[in-house]
Amino acid sequence: MRELLAQAAAVAAKDLLLELRSRTAFLSMLAFTMLVLAIFNFARDPTAVSASDLAPSTLWITFSFAGLLGLNRGFALERENRAIDGLLLAPLSRSALYLGKVLANLAFVGAVEAIALPAFALFFNVPVLPVLGPLVLVIVLATVGFVAVGTLLSAMAVATRFAELMLAVLMLPFLMPPVSAAAQITARLFSGRPFAEQVGWLKILVGYDIVFVILCILVFDWTVEE
Amino acid sequence: MPASTTAPPPALEAKALARSFGVVKALRGVDFALERGSALTVFGPNGAGKTTLLRILAGLLRADRGEVRMDGRPFRRDDAAQRRRIGLISHASLLYDGLTARENLEFYGRLYGLGDVRQAAGSALEAVGLAQRADSPAGTMSRGMVQRLAIARALLHDPVLVLLDEPFTGLDQAAAGALRAQLMRLRAEGRTVVLVTHNLDEGLELATHVAIQVAGRFVEYGARAGGVDGYRRRYAEATRDA
Repeated sequence: MRELLAQAAAVAAKDLLLELRSRTAFLSMLAFTMLVLAIFNFARDPTAVSASDLAPSTLWITFSFAGLLGLNRGFALERENRAIDGLLLAPLSRSALYLGKVLANLAFVGAVEAIALPAFALFFNVPVLPVLGPLVLVIVLATVGFVAVGTLLSAMAVATRFAELMLAVLMLPFLMPPVSAAAQITARLFSGRPFAEQVGWLKILVGYDIVFVILCILVFDWTVEE
Repeated sequence: MPASTTAPPPALEAKALARSFGVVKALRGVDFALERGSALTVFGPNGAGKTTLLRILAGLLRADRGEVRMDGRPFRRDDAAQRRRIGLISHASLLYDGLTARENLEFYGRLYGLGDVRQAAGSALEAVGLAQRADSPAGTMSRGMVQRLAIARALLHDPVLVLLDEPFTGLDQAAAGALRAQLMRLRAEGRTVVLVTHNLDEGLELATHVAIQVAGRFVEYGARAGGVDGYRRRYAEATRDA
């Protein structure tokens, strides 16, 4: 277990270092996030649609698509100089490789979300601070779920001709449960509804994370075989 | 009663290896066995299936039929301990352009569980003459330097089986000479080497065994016998219709 964690940490640290040097994925995700938030805000007719009605779905559309941009890079950088062969040849367990990629992707997506959330509060003028704790919990749970699945699917998609398009297509059905649950909870948080109403949606998020993290670890071995 | 002397199993053995890609039969049944400290050089024209053979031996490709055995044990691609024994120098460098030479080696050192990765990376860079470029990103290096760094990466964990795919490509005379000396040293230390190339002069110097591979088959295989001229003639004959 200790070796697995050390190897996963090595893979994640390598990915983060490469991204720190190039900043390509992070800047793309950030620029996309700001554009979507600005467009949704200014394209809205404030007399017809209130900011609080539009805010939850806007937040989750932004996080989902920005996340997709980041997930694409995870295995794309292993294609350069066939570095993936070096990883597969090393005594690195496939689970450690998957876990390392998930950790790096969580760091990228989490960093973008951390910057996007204040910008979202500013654009939409919604009361984020009073519900910050529960909102962060929901963001973490939903992000873990879609990053776990997205990392697996990006490993599959990277070998195809239209990798970026393929990831978005493959992700769509898997994005629905965590994103819809997270959007429902977010809407209720912003409208000050009682916590009891959100327990069902929270269970969906937690269940999704448990099932898909385990499933992805088990399936990943076959994804990177050849 | 005399003590029974059982011969050790071959360090590397391939039995009836076959692999197809769609309708293309890249390997059509390749057999060989190498003792510890042997060096097999596989010559063949482009498209003969040399790289496919090497990738199967490295565990990067699955054979459709046949098996690979290391020290008498079937080679399992999911066995990390067996993979740890292999070093591969491939067409591609398997390096990250955005990392420096040292960072690349330290990363692989961590994956292989080497104790002092900084020390190991430093020694490996020294061995291939890249100590002065330790902090240069791999992406800024010349083709020859990248190849030397790829060699350092492949030998970093002290593998007992070294697989090489056209390792002299891109190297200048001095670097090629240094690599030859390094490979001779590895062989003398008892490591098993498999080298695939289409360059007879470079390949023969190291070889204890020679194979000529054409259209996925070994048309000639055995202990090295004779010099370059003899092999050049046989290679020309074997590849005439390829």
